[in-house]
Amino acid sequence: MIEVRTLSKFYGKKSVVEDVTVTIQPGKITSFIGPNGAGKSTLLSMVSRLLDADSGEVLIDKSDVRKLKSQDFAKRVSILKQSNYMNVRLTIRELVSFGRFPYSKGHLTEEDERIVEQSLEYMHLTEMQDSFLDELSGGQRQRAFIAMVIAQDTDYILLDEPLNNLDMKHSVQIMKILRRLVDELGKTVVIVLHDINFASVYSDRIVAMKDGRVVRDGPTEEIIQSEALSEIYDMDIPIREMDNCRICVYFNS
Amino acid sequence: MRNSMKMTILSLIAAGCCILYLFHDLNGSFDYALPRRAIKVIAMVITGFTIAYATVVFQTITHNRILTPSIMGLDALYLLLQTVIIFFLGSAHLIVVNKQVNFLLSVAVMIMFALLLYRFLFKKGGQSIYFLLLVGIIVGTFFSSISTFFQVLIDPNEFQIVQDRMFASFNNVNSDLVWIAIIIVGLVIIYAWRFVKYLDVLSLGREMAINLGVPYDTIVKQMLVIVAIFISISTALVGPITFFGLIVANLSYQFFKTYKHKVLISGAVVMSVIALVGGQWVVERVFTFSTTLSVIINFIGGVYFIYLLLKERKTA
Repeated sequence: MIEVRTLSKFYGKKSVVEDVTVTIQPGKITSFIGPNGAGKSTLLSMVSRLLDADSGEVLIDKSDVRKLKSQDFAKRVSILKQSNYMNVRLTIRELVSFGRFPYSKGHLTEEDERIVEQSLEYMHLTEMQDSFLDELSGGQRQRAFIAMVIAQDTDYILLDEPLNNLDMKHSVQIMKILRRLVDELGKTVVIVLHDINFASVYSDRIVAMKDGRVVRDGPTEEIIQSEALSEIYDMDIPIREMDNCRICVYFNS
Repeated sequence: MRNSMKMTILSLIAAGCCILYLFHDLNGSFDYALPRRAIKVIAMVITGFTIAYATVVFQTITHNRILTPSIMGLDALYLLLQTVIIFFLGSAHLIVVNKQVNFLLSVAVMIMFALLLYRFLFKKGGQSIYFLLLVGIIVGTFFSSISTFFQVLIDPNEFQIVQDRMFASFNNVNSDLVWIAIIIVGLVIIYAWRFVKYLDVLSLGREMAINLGVPYDTIVKQMLVIVAIFISISTALVGPITFFGLIVANLSYQFFKTYKHKVLISGAVVMSVIALVGGQWVVERVFTFSTTLSVIINFIGGVYFIYLLLKERKTA
């Protein structure tokens, strides 16, 4: 369980995240939604220690994040940001092997090699494992990074807009993989999403943020309601039920 | 060709250069010439090692392959220090004449400066590394301007001494300094050894490094201190020569095409030994001292730098 308690972040006098308290349930997909500049990515960065919070605390399974050693933290929580630009040239396999760094510090054991193999298998990358990352399409790249996170073998996986710049097919592919990670491997996935329909179809819980604060937090069915969404996005969003999915029809509202 | 093969060949060439330099045209002067040459070779190996190591590490930390640690203004500070000492105390003063005192003073001042700079910049926390570089450039330019100011005022005879310090030279390296440098560098290597494994991960970027459990801020701070110590030692030993690191680091990237820093750093070190020892041999036996190694290095380095800039522009 990840518990965020009264977390705040200020840039100068402007608050980006203000007094956020939220609990992330284990074994579920939790989506963070909300308008641009709501503080979703900043919150995720603070939970994953990429950014220092100005006040408040984050507890992972009851232990304070700041008191954990970097290495132990990296065995429990992994984070994938939206842009993964690197100026080194790596193959998919080399990248995925980096996922084992918190365990083996660069000297891969047989056990590590086996896990890397499995992660590649899981993401259907085994055949192209020796291709270089800069030769891949956006979808393949994203899969390679997720394979690395799988190799890192953490209970909690945080993703910041993993569907950015992906087409429909690849977006669905990535979301299905995340669903499998939760259902088959028992991981906890926290994800920042812009497409509320993906959030509606694939997540168990939704946390909605606006102006640096959490405005709604609950099971998906409770949040994907016209009344709740209009409060979050300041627009009228009709909802249609199709094939057991609740779809938001916001394109012409 | 496999990388281990490449490394073996390079090491053989480096060893060949050292042997050539030591024994070519020795005329049986084992007691006089050989020890002198040996001291020079050791000095060149230390310089090559420190510059190569510092540059590769610095470029990994800054994610930029056309920067050298000289951007932090350490060699500008060295020149300023030498100029100021000679200006105020005169070229006959102990600090100028006694090489050990001068060496230790220079190293101490440069390291103090680097630590002050880091402390000042990292105190607030979360400051960007680029801010550090920017301050470094400004302070470095400031130091150079002050040096020039003093150099214009200085007595022409004294200026000769200053000018002597402005270019790196292996021609009269003091043997005592070499031993002091070896001890300091050795201690730092023992300390720095544990960080090598983090370098590969650091090259993936800050966020990836933190995700993979690298205590980023602590590691980067300590690496920068090590870079400053190495640069200070090589500068105080032979003079400003950091530009040289740019060449060997990039040659190593191009030659080995890997992300593994153990390979990259060893490659850069071996290449710098080849360039320094081989180059010094050419300067002494082919040009018969009519030029200095640093002039040749700056010339070749400059051409290579332009090539790198043009190449980077194409790929971007």
